[in-house]
Amino acid sequence: MASIEIKGISKQYAGRTILSDLSLELQDGECFTLLGPSGCGKTVLLRLIAGFEAPDSGRILIGGDVVADAASGEMLPPDKRSLGMVFQDYAVWPHMTVFDNVAYPLKLAGIAADELKRRALRIIDLVGLAHLDQRLPSQLSGGQQQRVALARALVSEPQILLLDEPLNNLDANLREEMRFEIKALQQKTGVTILYVTHDQEIALGIADRLAVMDEQGRLRQIGTPEEVYEHPVDDFVFRFLGIANFLPVRREADVLHVGNSSERWTGLPPDKPGNILTAGFRPSDVVLSRKGEGLPGTIRRASFLGAQFDYLIEIAGTLIRAALPSHECVARDLLFSEGDSCRISLATVQWFEGQIVAADKV
Amino acid sequence: MNTRTQSRFGTPELLFMLSVGVLIVVVAFPMLLIFFNAFWVDGHFNVADVVRVLQRKETYEALLNSLILSGGVTVTGTIVGTFFAWLVTRTDLPFKKTMKLLFLVPFMLPAFIGALAWKMLLSPRAGYINRLFMDVLGFDGPLFDIYSYAGIILVETMYLFPFVFIQVSGALERMDPTLEESARISGADLFTITRKITIPLVLPSILSGALLIMLYSMAHFGTVAVLGVETGIYNIPVLIYEKIHQSAGSFDSIRTATVLATVLVLTAALIMWMQNRVLAKGKYQIIAGKSFRPTELKLRGLRVPMLILCVVYIGLTIVLPTVTIFLVGGLKTYGLSFTPENLTWANYNHILFEWDLTRDSIWNSISLGLASALITMFAGVIISYVIVKMKVRGKGFLEFLGMLPFSVPGSVIALGVILAWSGKFGINIYNTVWIILVAYIARYMAFSLKANSAALEQVHDSLVEAARASGASMAQALRDVVVPLVRPGMVAAFFLIFLPALRELTVSVLLYGPTTRTIGVAIYTLNEDGETVYSAALAGIALIIIVLGEVLIKRLVTQKNGA
Amino acid sequence: MAYIQLNQVTKRFGSVTAVDRMDLEIAHGECLAMLGPSGCGKTTTLRMVAGFEDLDDGEIRVGERIISSKAKRYYLPPEQRNFGMVFQAFAVWPHLTVYENVAFPLRIRNLPKAEIHARTEEALKHTNLLSVAQGSPDDLSGGGKQRVALARALAIRPDVMLLDEPLSSLDPHFREEMRFEIKDLQRRFGFSILYVTHDQSEAMALSDRILVMRSGVVQQIGTPLEVYSNPANRFVFEFIGLSCFIEAGLSPEGFHLGGTRYPWPEGATPSGEIIAAGKGLLAARPTEIDFQAEGGIRGEVLRKVYLGETIDYRVRVADTEVRIQKTRRTPGPSVGDHCGLRLTRPHWYPANQASSA
Repeated sequence: MASIEIKGISKQYAGRTILSDLSLELQDGECFTLLGPSGCGKTVLLRLIAGFEAPDSGRILIGGDVVADAASGEMLPPDKRSLGMVFQDYAVWPHMTVFDNVAYPLKLAGIAADELKRRALRIIDLVGLAHLDQRLPSQLSGGQQQRVALARALVSEPQILLLDEPLNNLDANLREEMRFEIKALQQKTGVTILYVTHDQEIALGIADRLAVMDEQGRLRQIGTPEEVYEHPVDDFVFRFLGIANFLPVRREADVLHVGNSSERWTGLPPDKPGNILTAGFRPSDVVLSRKGEGLPGTIRRASFLGAQFDYLIEIAGTLIRAALPSHECVARDLLFSEGDSCRISLATVQWFEGQIVAADKV
Repeated sequence: MNTRTQSRFGTPELLFMLSVGVLIVVVAFPMLLIFFNAFWVDGHFNVADVVRVLQRKETYEALLNSLILSGGVTVTGTIVGTFFAWLVTRTDLPFKKTMKLLFLVPFMLPAFIGALAWKMLLSPRAGYINRLFMDVLGFDGPLFDIYSYAGIILVETMYLFPFVFIQVSGALERMDPTLEESARISGADLFTITRKITIPLVLPSILSGALLIMLYSMAHFGTVAVLGVETGIYNIPVLIYEKIHQSAGSFDSIRTATVLATVLVLTAALIMWMQNRVLAKGKYQIIAGKSFRPTELKLRGLRVPMLILCVVYIGLTIVLPTVTIFLVGGLKTYGLSFTPENLTWANYNHILFEWDLTRDSIWNSISLGLASALITMFAGVIISYVIVKMKVRGKGFLEFLGMLPFSVPGSVIALGVILAWSGKFGINIYNTVWIILVAYIARYMAFSLKANSAALEQVHDSLVEAARASGASMAQALRDVVVPLVRPGMVAAFFLIFLPALRELTVSVLLYGPTTRTIGVAIYTLNEDGETVYSAALAGIALIIIVLGEVLIKRLVTQKNGA
Repeated sequence: MAYIQLNQVTKRFGSVTAVDRMDLEIAHGECLAMLGPSGCGKTTTLRMVAGFEDLDDGEIRVGERIISSKAKRYYLPPEQRNFGMVFQAFAVWPHLTVYENVAFPLRIRNLPKAEIHARTEEALKHTNLLSVAQGSPDDLSGGGKQRVALARALAIRPDVMLLDEPLSSLDPHFREEMRFEIKDLQRRFGFSILYVTHDQSEAMALSDRILVMRSGVVQQIGTPLEVYSNPANRFVFEFIGLSCFIEAGLSPEGFHLGGTRYPWPEGATPSGEIIAAGKGLLAARPTEIDFQAEGGIRGEVLRKVYLGETIDYRVRVADTEVRIQKTRRTPGPSVGDHCGLRLTRPHWYPANQASSA
């Protein structure tokens, strides 16, 4: 229910610069994800917004009001910022029952006893923990503790909700369920959410908009999940959001070749200038066939992953990965073994200038 | 909107200064005085004098005896501790759980009371067992003369072996069983596995426990004082005691005492350093999480004999001395046989209700114990908080100051406190109960810091931050989140100090005055004065108080954990 | 001829039957994965094969030789079974160097010094550990320690390798790499593998055949493709891969949901017993459901989430939520639309079959 403005924030720790002149704006009521590798500074930014750290330079505004200003030394402590926060380790207080945990913010605010009870029980019900309000955290599962943390963060109807990778320690099914619940709660209450994570799947699934941060704490791209995924602004973003394949392409006298070979490039032409280019694509962009049109390749490894077959294919000296739905492979005789020949064509290609090398090929 | 400008010098810095101040005055100052006194004569640094003191016969004999005795105790204690630890964790010994608990009981009993009991049983002429041997069975000489090196070593072993037992049984129990299973599947039989895998992995625990035994034994006063006086065997703490109580303030005696204290501290520091090295080098991550237990050795034919061995050992070390103490305490006169006509409640009655000396000693010990435990508990939690949770410069120094007295022998602390608070610097509390209190606080501060730090470390920062994010100020977060979670640690610290303080002798024996005896001192001095029966009766009462106290903690601690 | 054979192997702990009359055959050079939730009995089975547990019934053979037999009260001790074994917590000895860890089984066998050295070096080479051979295993990461465990097991050139959840303590992104390393080693040395795991994608990627287990009872044995495509029951269907279930009323002509009647899906008619029961469970993979504007099973789109490579739909059909996953380029309906679903390869199961939940 409030916007967040971050203007020119810098932060240093022990001589190392974590964030440098970072600016970002979150709109009122949106679910925003900050996505980046471990240690990139995204948690630091979250803590700056929460008020556990002070910026070395720059300002932070919540709902139009200044909460931190390095120049003037203004610093609103965390307890006065009207926010809710969910930590990575849940931080549910072990000596208090579920009810006491959730009601604590209201107790601090001096809310009258019956209203406190009503609101606390309502939100406990909302997160699916009805009838468990008298339990102690040690009697709850990880997922349930996570919901207690969520309820506690929302009970005082905060302006903004900050989440620091809270779903990491849950198993895959629970993670999905909680991701959906958080989104549903957000839509119901209209709270502004900043969710920080290194997991692109969670980020894409939960965000209205997301920002991709690199190891140096710089924002590389900001946009909706579809924008960022389909139109990555550079290869860092492309690589970070999913498995990335790269094929080098060189232009010689208006003819396109693959890498250093004489193999002709048979796909869509590049939309970028230059003679050294790289074609980037996802495993699902690879269209496989046994023969016919397309680039020739050799299967180096075949793995059955259930819903998909994962193939490692060598094209003119470069290894790429292809993923095909397994029922399709069965139906269209695309069950390859190691050493088989194949032909590939690409449904979508992201073009990058220069030569990009894949980080590791397994 | 309330904003607050950040300041450079706020509450954290203030608390830090305060903590440093308290620790310096209480802990560092007395100890520095010892070194000062030993090495600084007539205004300048003097080593020649120190060497002269060290060359005296009594000094180096004390040192030699200390080394012989503690060396012997370390060896026997380690063997006994390791053997029983292995028996209880790795074989199919019957009643293992009970045995494990019983082997921990000697820890609770003060060694010098044990020494008293064994004196009553095995003193060469008057000891009951020896008398039985000579008078009834007709032998010429005693079965065993307890007033000997062997006797002292034996008695100390009985009460110090739990150091090794606890460490080794813990390591053996928690060790990842797959470490041994992988050796088995690699082709090794059980004997080879024990030799090449189990023992090397457990060695750090064995050594660590052994070094602790050595440390305690070197610093121990009671057993040597009780059993060595007849044959003139004395160690450094005993010599320090003689110097202080003979001297009545003589300069030379005090100097000798401080030189001895320095030697003791340096030896203790050396031992602690070795222990750190051992632990650092061999700190293997061998703790497991899985539920499969390590393979048990089947004792087969040895099952019952081993059980008997354990029972006999426990009988000898726990039951026999305790029964002796209570029985002798009920005798009308020492030396009578234990028949109903010779037994009476009168002694107990006398010391509890009639005799000032003993009544006061009980009161002194209890109040000193309570006071020192409370003060160190509160001081400890605050200082621990500064060390563990606050971001101030110089925390390491604070931690160092706090842990300093951890391994310093009680005699040294007592001596330091005498030097510091006997009037030379404006405060004179010598011969009062306050000097004992100050010594206890110095001695036990490290324990409190350890217990509270451990508890505080469990309180993750995110728990406090979650409170802040919920709208709590720092003070509210401390009150609602930190304090409730640290309370069990504080309670543990309280008992960790109260019980040892209640029964200790080494420190108070150097600091007591005519009206400020502790229970330990009263028992010891009564024995010295030949009042064996009263000494035993008071010892019996002390044992009861100690056991009650231990049972109380266990009840309280498990109650909290179970909630 | 089978190389490892388990006949009616049973194990009980008190009143609980941990392994119930298991029959299993593993061929030379085959990799068989035992897959199931924790507590299903797979580790107990492995430990019986290793010799760490006795049997309550049945016998275990390797080749011609019996190594465990309840009836004959015969158990070859673990140290004589000549298996290589890798444990979940690595079980690498911290007080020995990497080299000494690997050489340990060879030293125990009193092989000549030169051969010990040669074999140790070979094992270290194949696990990329030559550069750290003189260091302590504690200096290595989890994956490094696991490699030491593998090298140690390989040193004796075993015919059988027993692996007990070897990858579950490793970082997720490292697990994939190690999977392939294990597979490569198997191909190179030709040993049989008995592999225990609770991770179905790991089981499918690594094994030649999978054995799915639950509460001590074998649910299905087959190749990964077989078990994935034709699960024997609801449990197996749900345990392996993504799944969604629709409970439907049945009549001889077809099924009905929320008042609408539908004919049998192509190629998927339930058995007579299930039809006779009057209701059944229709099971499908979210990736094997197509959208069609007209016809098909009618539903309403509740949710559509863009996940990058895939788009995840939740569609309400009668009073069930059906999950559908399509690749990102496939067109599909929007939230609120009414649509039809076509299940391409559904399965029918009895309505009251227990799930894996």
